[in-house]
Amino acid sequence: MALKLADYKTDVHNDWCPGCGDFGIVNAIQMALSEMGIERDKTAMFSGIGCSGKTSHFINTYGVHTLHGRVLTFAQGAKIANPDLTVVAVGGDGDGLGIGAGHFVAAGRRNVDMTYIIFDNGVYGLTKGQASPTLRLGEKTKSLPSPNTNSNVNPIGLAIASGFTFVARGYSYDVRHLKDLIVQAINHKGLSFLDVLQPCPTYNDLNTRDWYAGTDLIDEAQKRHSRIYKLEDQGFEPVVHYGSEVEVNEKLSQALIKSLEWGNKIPTGVFYKNELISTYTQRLKDKIPNYLENPPAKQNISKNGRSNTDISKILDSLEV
Amino acid sequence: MSSVDFTWLIGGPQGSGVESAANIFSKVCAEMGYQIFGKREFYSNIKGEHSYFTVRVADKKIHSNVNAVNLMASFDAETIFRHFNEMMSGGGIIYDSDLEEIKTDSVHTLDAPFKERLHKELESKNKPFTIAGVLEIAKENGVKLFPVSFKSILETLSEETENPRLRGLIRMYNVIGVSLSLGLVKMPPDSLQNTIESIFSKKPEIAKINQQTANYSYNYATVKFENFDYTLPKTEKEPGTLLVQGFQGTALGKMACGCRFQPYYPITPASDESVYLETNEILEIIDDRPGSTAVIQTEDEISAMGMTIGAALTGTRSATCTSGPGFALMTEMLGWAGMNEVPIVITNYQRSGPSTGLPTRHGQDDLLFAVFAGHGDFPKIVYASGEIEESFYDTGNCFNYADIFQVPVIHMMDKFHASSVITCKRFDPQKISINRGKLLEKVDDGYRRFEFTDDGISPRSRLGMDNGIFWNTGDESDETGHITEDPILRVKMMDKRMSRLDLILKNIPDVEQAVSFGVEEYTIISWGSTIGPVLDAIDLLKKEGISIGLIQLKLMNPFPSDYINSLLKDAKILIDIEANYSGQLGKLFKQNIGRDIDYFILKYSGRAMTCTEVYDSLKKIVQNKANKREVLMHGA
Repeated sequence: MALKLADYKTDVHNDWCPGCGDFGIVNAIQMALSEMGIERDKTAMFSGIGCSGKTSHFINTYGVHTLHGRVLTFAQGAKIANPDLTVVAVGGDGDGLGIGAGHFVAAGRRNVDMTYIIFDNGVYGLTKGQASPTLRLGEKTKSLPSPNTNSNVNPIGLAIASGFTFVARGYSYDVRHLKDLIVQAINHKGLSFLDVLQPCPTYNDLNTRDWYAGTDLIDEAQKRHSRIYKLEDQGFEPVVHYGSEVEVNEKLSQALIKSLEWGNKIPTGVFYKNELISTYTQRLKDKIPNYLENPPAKQNISKNGRSNTDISKILDSLEV
Repeated sequence: MSSVDFTWLIGGPQGSGVESAANIFSKVCAEMGYQIFGKREFYSNIKGEHSYFTVRVADKKIHSNVNAVNLMASFDAETIFRHFNEMMSGGGIIYDSDLEEIKTDSVHTLDAPFKERLHKELESKNKPFTIAGVLEIAKENGVKLFPVSFKSILETLSEETENPRLRGLIRMYNVIGVSLSLGLVKMPPDSLQNTIESIFSKKPEIAKINQQTANYSYNYATVKFENFDYTLPKTEKEPGTLLVQGFQGTALGKMACGCRFQPYYPITPASDESVYLETNEILEIIDDRPGSTAVIQTEDEISAMGMTIGAALTGTRSATCTSGPGFALMTEMLGWAGMNEVPIVITNYQRSGPSTGLPTRHGQDDLLFAVFAGHGDFPKIVYASGEIEESFYDTGNCFNYADIFQVPVIHMMDKFHASSVITCKRFDPQKISINRGKLLEKVDDGYRRFEFTDDGISPRSRLGMDNGIFWNTGDESDETGHITEDPILRVKMMDKRMSRLDLILKNIPDVEQAVSFGVEEYTIISWGSTIGPVLDAIDLLKKEGISIGLIQLKLMNPFPSDYINSLLKDAKILIDIEANYSGQLGKLFKQNIGRDIDYFILKYSGRAMTCTEVYDSLKKIVQNKANKREVLMHGA
């Protein structure tokens, strides 16, 4: 029986603030899963802590609401133990780029075949609006006592430098485009990263929906210009096709340059994609030939309630 | 035949092959039918600092080291400076005669506090601050000296074999040391040759040079050295004897009991276990295709713990292995595992704390930390293995406990275990039962992961199972796993989780909770690797007609108060023996049982206890000459 969009929703009450950008992201995830016809019980959503952390409770697949900053560690463990799972991890920008930044970088080096979505709003909402890692130096959002004294992290640039093999940005108020990006990210063979710009209507009074829409940017003809634009509309070519050093360096460099754009023009879409890098599961298969057919989660470990592992050769080598 | 109980010591700079030499010696002795208890001591250093190995060899089962050394093989000056005082009268020192004039000040790795103590002693005995000086003291103490120029051995050998490379090959000093020793104690020479051949089986050329060197040195000792009081004749070998290093017990236990996932972050003394698992990552399975263990080196211990939990949620038996500092980083996640009833095993090879402490030295420092680890109340099991042999079977039990009670299990091991080499009975994997508790094979409709049940344990689905969808959260949750802040439900959930502490005490068999070696008027409580020296000390006292009881505690949390109390009802004087400053087991005991400990025998110098010093302290206690707190100090 084909699954409908509603099948991917739980009836858990959603207590995000009215107008929160997170709604668009959850909708886009559900739409993506539905469009792909993904089996619910072969899919696991992992989430971190904060407003975005509740996401796993709203989606009707396996849902694992983990700890602040640590979502990638749980998700990678599950995917490596059972590579048949579709794994999507979500979390806030404070979660993934502040407390969890070390795991973010290490995950890039591993390239486990899964998706990580950051809900990027520049503030720590659930603790009442402190500056998060993507808020720029000197900016002062509503509840900050004084302007931000830290520079910001560039999530796209960090992902590229860390080795993520699919790097994209979406916008929570362009749900259809975001859904397309999520489909691409899940289909990507390797670790995909999606930075989703998401206005926090309660605490971020700088990067608001109106600000992204460019209501303040009116030209002489009294025409508004959205800050958000799509890379694909400009003919940006993010995909590595051959994997030569020259090609890879060129694709990485153009993605990095694009990642620095901010202010009046903010790119969304796919910045970089390279499926020629081996996934972590492939790397394990190189050492353990039947790893994919017989991964940790599928192995039979007993026979009639007793150990079925034959360690006699190892014991022989230790015997005197 | 008189009984054999012989201790051999070899030392040298780290990286000079001390460990290989000790392996050769241990293997030869084990092959010849002896029981072995060996222990390695080393600095937190890669090359140059002093490391040494003591190997005790006996013709009966032994559980620990003794203080006195019968034969020392040294090929550098530092080993002599540091250990000449440990020699027993009638023992011998094999040393490089070219070192006699070496002064203490020219050995840069001799640290100031040690040098100060040594100088004081030499001064008081009116000896020069040289190797010759300390050897004079040894001689006055009745120690025999066996000088030999290592350099000239290599020179002669080089000429005889027409191999000029050998001349300056100081890498051979370790093999010379061990071979001279084996020649001196008249160990049959073929076993030495065979052992070297098997150790270097993949490098025949290196094996050949080593065999030539060994052969020459062995013969040199038999011909040139004067008679030595100790000999190690061939004896009856018990079939099915293993020579194992501590970390292999838990590693082999993990392989046998179906642990198939182990992420870890490198830390001394725990990483050896993970590396060993990875070296043996492909596993033979009876009547089935090969299995495997995915061993993942992570970016930190937090990640190791997160991955362990993530894998456990897929139904995989998962574990990580760490030491105190790494375990400290894991504690937030430990609470998450407790809250979400995830079965995992954390093997904690403790070392001397606090902080970085003595990173390569021994300590049972983390007992109270493990018992109380994590914020908030959640159920967990803390389980401690005594001897290495036991740790193989205990590992299997720990995974069963985790699965049956759906709790994290912290398996307490330590550095003394990790770097000991012992002989023991071949492990029997068929003795390892596998019980996955309420892990489901298939799921019916309407599944709720945290369903309230009569025994407080809910059937467990796994990520990816048909119909088995569940939610997890570190927040308080309802039966489906969704967040709740309802006060009534909160109390019910808390009661459900915590009720399994009683269930654990009721269902784990008594013999797995604690082991009684007899209860007497004077009875010891102890735990972990300290059990070894305690058992040997009790044995020594028994020979003098002094009977002392011993209860070994294994289940540390939940604490089996009623059972321990009933065991100890006839004990009048309680003695707590453990390797930490504060007597952590004693504190736990008092907290749970309300009874005071009468004497503490503690050691926190970073070196494991010997049975000699435990014996000495126990004797003082029995003679009513002891302090309430006896602090042991033996060991360089």
